[in-house]
Amino acid sequence: MRASFVFSEVVTGLRRNITMTIAMIITTAISLLLLGGGLLVVRMIDNTKELYQDKVEVNIYLTNDVSASDKDCKADPCRGLRSQLESDPAVERVEFENRDQAYERFKRIFEAQPELVKLARPEALPSSFNVRLKDPDRPEVIIQTYKGKAGVDSIGDQSQFLDRFFSALNGVRNATFFIAGVMAVAALLLISNTVQLSAFTRRTEVGIMRLVGATRWYTQLPFLLEAVVTGIIGALVAIAMLVGAKLAFLDDVLAQPIKSGVVKSVEAGDLAFVSPILLLIAIGVSAFTGYVTLRLYVRT
Amino acid sequence: MIRLEQVSKVYKTSTRPALENVSVQVDKGEFVFLIGPSGSGKSTFLRLLLREEVPSKGRVYVANFDLTRMARRRVPRLRQSIGCVFQDFRLLANKTVAENVAFALEVIGKPRHTIKKVVPEVLELVGLEGKAERMPHELSGGEQQRVAIARAFVNRPLMLLADEPTGNLDPDTSQDIMLLLERINRTGTTVLMATHDHSIVDSMRRRVVELDLGRVVRDDARGVYGVGR
Ligand SMILES: Nc1ncnc2c1ncn2[C@@H]1O[C@H](COP(=O)(O)OP(=O)(O)OP(=O)(O)O)[C@@H](O)[C@H]1O
Ligand SMILES: [Mg+2]
Repeated sequence: MRASFVFSEVVTGLRRNITMTIAMIITTAISLLLLGGGLLVVRMIDNTKELYQDKVEVNIYLTNDVSASDKDCKADPCRGLRSQLESDPAVERVEFENRDQAYERFKRIFEAQPELVKLARPEALPSSFNVRLKDPDRPEVIIQTYKGKAGVDSIGDQSQFLDRFFSALNGVRNATFFIAGVMAVAALLLISNTVQLSAFTRRTEVGIMRLVGATRWYTQLPFLLEAVVTGIIGALVAIAMLVGAKLAFLDDVLAQPIKSGVVKSVEAGDLAFVSPILLLIAIGVSAFTGYVTLRLYVRT
Repeated sequence: MIRLEQVSKVYKTSTRPALENVSVQVDKGEFVFLIGPSGSGKSTFLRLLLREEVPSKGRVYVANFDLTRMARRRVPRLRQSIGCVFQDFRLLANKTVAENVAFALEVIGKPRHTIKKVVPEVLELVGLEGKAERMPHELSGGEQQRVAIARAFVNRPLMLLADEPTGNLDPDTSQDIMLLLERINRTGTTVLMATHDHSIVDSMRRRVVELDLGRVVRDDARGVYGVGR
């Protein structure tokens, strides 16, 4: 009796304020969608970082005359640099790449743009040491040691580029979280408003309930559940939209960069990770808002 | 059953006390009329018994409850032992007669089989057998008040509080309602009824407590409404 009574009250309440219910579901869903998007970006950043973790290299480019004269790194200063690098405790592995190899690699990378390849001459590319670090997060050790040494032209630090890449992703994440927050405030106010409206439209029932000695749970649980049920529906809509977004275009848009290993894709596992979080947040927030509203505005 | 000890009630928004130094005791099974001019404090008296209001001064005891010290969460228990009827019936317009009565039991968590059994019983007691599936707007005023009484009595309360239950009814219908309340009183239920109706009070010859400007000015065991008013 208890459960079926409360349940039928909830259904009646939701149907009676159907327009408010829909507005509530939409705002909740959008706010959760953005939150979910933000969380997915976080996952993507983590996954992509992992992808790069063991690939980050520091490139020590050699001067033009060394690049031109010493193709096999047989003479100083190239040979000296190499042995110093090989015995450096911060270095995991060193690879020498001469001008011709660099040109080959360049051609491979820009295969799709033959006009660019045509423009480039091997003479424009320097030889380099590609240094893999023991601790990829601390390239400055290498940079400080080798900068300005004889034969060294410049030192390229891939992690600098990655930092910029990740800070762009972080920006996207922060923006979605911010908008999600703003939408959450709107959703919260709507939930609160709907609970008040619902309590007002049913003030006669509630009055009688109080009079015949119904406990607070009985009088207020239907309103609370109404808020929670719309929260859950909103979360389900948001999850459906995230799945839809992944299937409809995210996979296509990211197909190229994913194939070339630049970023990790959003996978089913990531959605499975984010969905329960969204659901729990929706339940928690709507229950809390409903409860506070009832305490503040509805006489018991 | 009911005991008020030097009770005063001053509403926040008014200067004159609605009740002033009222001491009344009502025993189990009594039938008591609460009379007095408009604004004399009759409804306030009843609201104190329901703990819809708390006294500004003095003590209120109902059944075994000390209302002045009672915790909020125990109020439902108190109200479950009191039935209430009002001038305006207060039925739910979208529920049938039977559903209106059942509602009072549903919301206090009574099991379904109990409800199925006692609702027809109480409808028969108030003389509404055969009208269980009607909607309130399909009933006369007297019949609506019977539904309200059925709802108030269905949980077999210790006492029935009625605030001008005949206020919206014609004399004949009022007489029927009074017969019903007497019948309920004969089951051992204490009945406390606020009213303006001279002829009812005069014909019943029951205990009369008269209020005026919040004070008890008369308490007769077998009273009449009074003369010269
Ligand atoms: N909620 C309230 N807030 C402020 N004053 C109130 C409130 N309820 C009643 N009063 C005042 O208390 C006094 C007693 O009111 P009460 O309703 O008890 O009178 P009553 O005897 O029931 O009158 P009536 O016969 O018209 O129903 C009146 O002066 C009224 O204005
Ligand atoms: Mg009154």
